[in-house]
Amino acid sequence: MSDGAGPLLAVDALTVELGGRKVVDDVSFAVDRGERLGIIGESGSGKTISALSIVGLAPEAATITGSIRFDGEEVLGRDDRRMSDLRGDRIAMVFQDPRTALNPVMRVGRQISEPLRLHRGLDRKAAAAAAVELCARVGLPDPDRIVRAYPHQLSGGQRQRVGIAMAMSCRPALLIADEPTTALDVTVQADVMGLLQQLVIEEGTALILITHDIALVSGVVSHIVVMRNGRIVERGAALDVARDPHHEYTQQLLEAARTTSWHGSSTNGDRP
Amino acid sequence: MKHVWRSWPGRIGVVLVSILVLGALVSLVWTPYDPTRVVPRDKWLPVSWAHPFGTDGAGKDLLSQVLVGARTTLVVALASVVIAAVLGLSLGILSAITPRYVGESLAHLIDVLIALPTLILALVFLAALGGSIWTVSLAIGLGSAAVLARVVRAEVSRVLTNDYILTAAASGSSTYRTVWRHVIPNIAPTVIVQLSLFAALAVLAEAALSYLGLTQVSTPSWGRMLGTLQETMTVEPRAVVFPGLAVLAATLGFNLLGDGLRDAVDPRLRGRAASVSPTFSSVVDGVDDPALVALPAAPDVRPMDIEVP
Repeated sequence: MSDGAGPLLAVDALTVELGGRKVVDDVSFAVDRGERLGIIGESGSGKTISALSIVGLAPEAATITGSIRFDGEEVLGRDDRRMSDLRGDRIAMVFQDPRTALNPVMRVGRQISEPLRLHRGLDRKAAAAAAVELCARVGLPDPDRIVRAYPHQLSGGQRQRVGIAMAMSCRPALLIADEPTTALDVTVQADVMGLLQQLVIEEGTALILITHDIALVSGVVSHIVVMRNGRIVERGAALDVARDPHHEYTQQLLEAARTTSWHGSSTNGDRP
Repeated sequence: MKHVWRSWPGRIGVVLVSILVLGALVSLVWTPYDPTRVVPRDKWLPVSWAHPFGTDGAGKDLLSQVLVGARTTLVVALASVVIAAVLGLSLGILSAITPRYVGESLAHLIDVLIALPTLILALVFLAALGGSIWTVSLAIGLGSAAVLARVVRAEVSRVLTNDYILTAAASGSSTYRTVWRHVIPNIAPTVIVQLSLFAALAVLAEAALSYLGLTQVSTPSWGRMLGTLQETMTVEPRAVVFPGLAVLAATLGFNLLGDGLRDAVDPRLRGRAASVSPTFSSVVDGVDDPALVALPAAPDVRPMDIEVP
């Protein structure tokens, strides 16, 4: 299956048309094993739909052309059954809003262990034990109690940790995190981002981090792709792009990130 | 079950439906008298220890008849609800998850079925297939299934737009597994309420059909009792009360049980009756209280003035 040569994921000339409009236009990028890539752009820039295309979950109405090769095999146009085998096992996702990304009527433990039951064939008992272990792994307090809780009994940060535990349960080769901290309180954003970074480094998992916040990712990822209106406008090593952006749009994004943090520090500084 | 017991509607529903079930079960092994035995000298006996519900114009014991009638009511209610649940759920779910052209066709089929009035459908079935309680259940079940299918289709479409469905898909869950583990549990509260409503309607529909004398004479039924007793209602109005109350209690019981079950099945609603709602209602009560509303409008600063030397 894995020959070890070539990138883990190679997206080539990906174009997604939705309702006669090109929401993703000729996008190419590659991710090596264990590499961390940031896809930056504002909402509507096509970053989320690109990510969903990789796992075959783009809307049915979308027309997708180009090539997506995972581990040397073309996954674009694969039938859904074979994509299901890949999803949650070798490619996992973390979604933006932890308030809605968990099933409200299913206990947290069962949700965390669902990929394990699907792909590893764990029975109920083994899955329950694995869920407790995974909860501890993502730093959730009192894992024995939390696996029996329903999502509405947890805080936003805790729920996102549950989402991360679920995504990492099968030790995927690639993790796609779509704005994983955007819906969280500022105070827990850094914690969750730190956890994500720590886990992928420990597990050797490749990461695609999708966000609009260039300042947030530049410390986590090694490479950055900047998207605007469905096109890639700039790419490069994370620190280079953050330090010396070439495209006007990247400069705006950086400027936006900088003003936000300036604003924060000046308010604090002004206080008597 | 313990969650159902937490709310008053749930409690009353459980009690009423339990009485119905108990009555039906007891009637299988024991009734005070033979409900069909005619005793001319005992006709129109009033309520007494010997005949708790009295007797009818043929001297037949009314309590025994009501007990035996509970069987018919219960069987029709359960059978029609099972038919409605199986057909309505599968039709509704299929129409929501199949490709558009299949789903739309199914939706139109559902609309056509809804257009057929259930009681008219029942009349046709009774005429064609005879008046057994299974024919009645089938007709009521089909009518309810069509309504349920439409509700389920809308509910499934709503649930499918939720992010957790995408999460399940991203975990590698197949469509059918997602439906089974994520969609059905989330539409369950709505479906349960619908089904309990259908059970109540089935009680009424069966009573109506047998009241009209369309079911087999051999099948004991509250509706048939009401039909017979109402002929002499101007002379002996007392006797009609008991089968009438039985129909009312069964209908009410199923409705309330549905309310209780809905709250019990949805973990988000659980414990609300115990913890959240008293606080909420006390807040509302406080606002409603004119004395409390007036308080902030009348700030009293005098004590402060006095303290200034």
